[in-house]
Amino acid sequence: MTVSVPEPPGTLPGRLRRAAADGRTLTARALAHWARRPGEVAVGLLFPVVLVLMMGYLFGGQMTVPGGGSYREFIMPGMFAMTMLFGLETTFAAVATDAAKGVTDRFRAMPMASSAIVVGRGAADLIHSAAALTVMTGCGLLIGWRWHDGPGGALAGLGLLLLLRFALLWVGVYLGLVANGPESLVAVQILVWPVGFLSSAMVAPSTMPGWLGTAAEWNPLSATVTACRELFGGAGAGGGSWASGHSVALAVAWPLLITAVFFPLAVRRHRHLSR
Amino acid sequence: MRVPPSAIVAEGLRKRYGGTEALAGIDLEVPAGTVHGLLGPNGAGKTTVVRILTTLVRPDGGRAEVAGHDVAREAARVRARIGLVGQNAAVDEVLSGRQNLVMFGRLYGLDARAARLRADGLLDRFRLTGTGGTPAGKYSGGMRRRLDLAASMILAPPVLFLDEPTTGLDPRSRAEVWDEVRALARGGTTVLLTTQYLEEADRLAEGISVIDHGRVIATGTPEALKSRAGGDRVDVVVRDAARLDEAAAIVARAAGVHAAVDRDALSAGAPVTDRVGALTEAVRALDEAGIAVADIGLRRPTLDEVFLRLTGAGPGEPAAAGTAEVPA
Repeated sequence: MTVSVPEPPGTLPGRLRRAAADGRTLTARALAHWARRPGEVAVGLLFPVVLVLMMGYLFGGQMTVPGGGSYREFIMPGMFAMTMLFGLETTFAAVATDAAKGVTDRFRAMPMASSAIVVGRGAADLIHSAAALTVMTGCGLLIGWRWHDGPGGALAGLGLLLLLRFALLWVGVYLGLVANGPESLVAVQILVWPVGFLSSAMVAPSTMPGWLGTAAEWNPLSATVTACRELFGGAGAGGGSWASGHSVALAVAWPLLITAVFFPLAVRRHRHLSR
Repeated sequence: MRVPPSAIVAEGLRKRYGGTEALAGIDLEVPAGTVHGLLGPNGAGKTTVVRILTTLVRPDGGRAEVAGHDVAREAARVRARIGLVGQNAAVDEVLSGRQNLVMFGRLYGLDARAARLRADGLLDRFRLTGTGGTPAGKYSGGMRRRLDLAASMILAPPVLFLDEPTTGLDPRSRAEVWDEVRALARGGTTVLLTTQYLEEADRLAEGISVIDHGRVIATGTPEALKSRAGGDRVDVVVRDAARLDEAAAIVARAAGVHAAVDRDALSAGAPVTDRVGALTEAVRALDEAGIAVADIGLRRPTLDEVFLRLTGAGPGEPAAAGTAEVPA
């Protein structure tokens, strides 16, 4: 049993190549998980669709969109953003499971690029969320949602949604490393739902009591939702407040701020992992 | 005579977690190519030692070298030379055994072809072929442990760390893991294993360090430690309390030392050196004297008893300070 020990690369280009290769390996690992659990993936992709149908057809009849327009078209940007928010649970569960099972420790004791652990996770989760967005776009088109300002605006909106998802990666990684195990997923779900509801995703903040409306208006999720409504055109676009007037800028700023806070926290936590 | 190099050297390792002193100055030296056991109760600091030596945790004080490299300053070089099998079989439970080994092989820097070849070789070597696409999470405890071992052997590392490798395994799986560890040691791998079981350390390790409350309280060969704990005992339980003293005298004669008598348990026992000789002699003499015996047997000292001797306290109770060196 002789295998030559590949020395850890010493040069910067060598290290970067190694980091890229290790990141790919771990992305492939996450994708292999989904290949082995197609049912779970299908449920994950279809859940937001069910939510759209519930909101759109059960509650939608009673909803009036301020400024006019169809409620089903109004909620689609909100549901896109909710889909990104649910992705936080995927990231959290995967990170917490690896940490609890000792897989993270095994990686950390190996001569691999330590960045690959998060790079692989992040790339896989972005792929997952992009797939979810594709499904949701199809669902939206079927129930009457359209982009009214050309494909450029539509793509910009989808880009902002993925930027939000990117920011939420670090929140998921950090919470996953802090948690005691994947059992804490329930706690994350309890966190996710109020954040989703207290936003402009499903209801216009202008219809809420004053202070609640202000809180919803400044929710990072609302920035992305409102920006998407602007970029897609159609129902719910526009609005009087400063936040909705600058929604695209905020939809860029919020994810960057979240990343600036949670990325260092996640890195620090990863370095100091110890039981 | 050339002194063989040490695969693991630790000097004065200290580690605090909050207000608890996990390690209070651990010294360790493991010659290359040997199996060394870290023996101690839960919470003694065994896992912390392993985590420091495998670069997972930085010590607050002291230094350590593994395979000739400093664990703090040359962590990457150490990682390329070690394998770690942690307390819970750290494999991906969704992927199959082969997928696991290919993935770990790639992460060790093997190219795709080499990783696949290595995976197949290891599956064969650890008797895991034919598990097909079964997810590792559905493996039995013993199979998962073997997969765990295989994953840590991808680079055939010179130093292997096993943290309680048989905890939670049934006796058969335990024996299988022991066989694997012996085979690896024969191949020249240095193995540091932690265990709560004296028997495990006794069967596998050439050297043992007993740890309690973050200190090494004894080091030596298993034989030396056992003799320090009093070695094996012959114990006799009689049916008739009236004949207990007679039985005690026979046991004492067979053992060559004074026998301890427990009147409640109707038993008499004494430490023995010539195990079989003393037992045979005691059985013969008891039979000749016509003493009815409820039970008789050789008993090895338990970990509790080793601790009792070494520390003057049971596991979990405060240990006596200082290090006892048992001559090998």
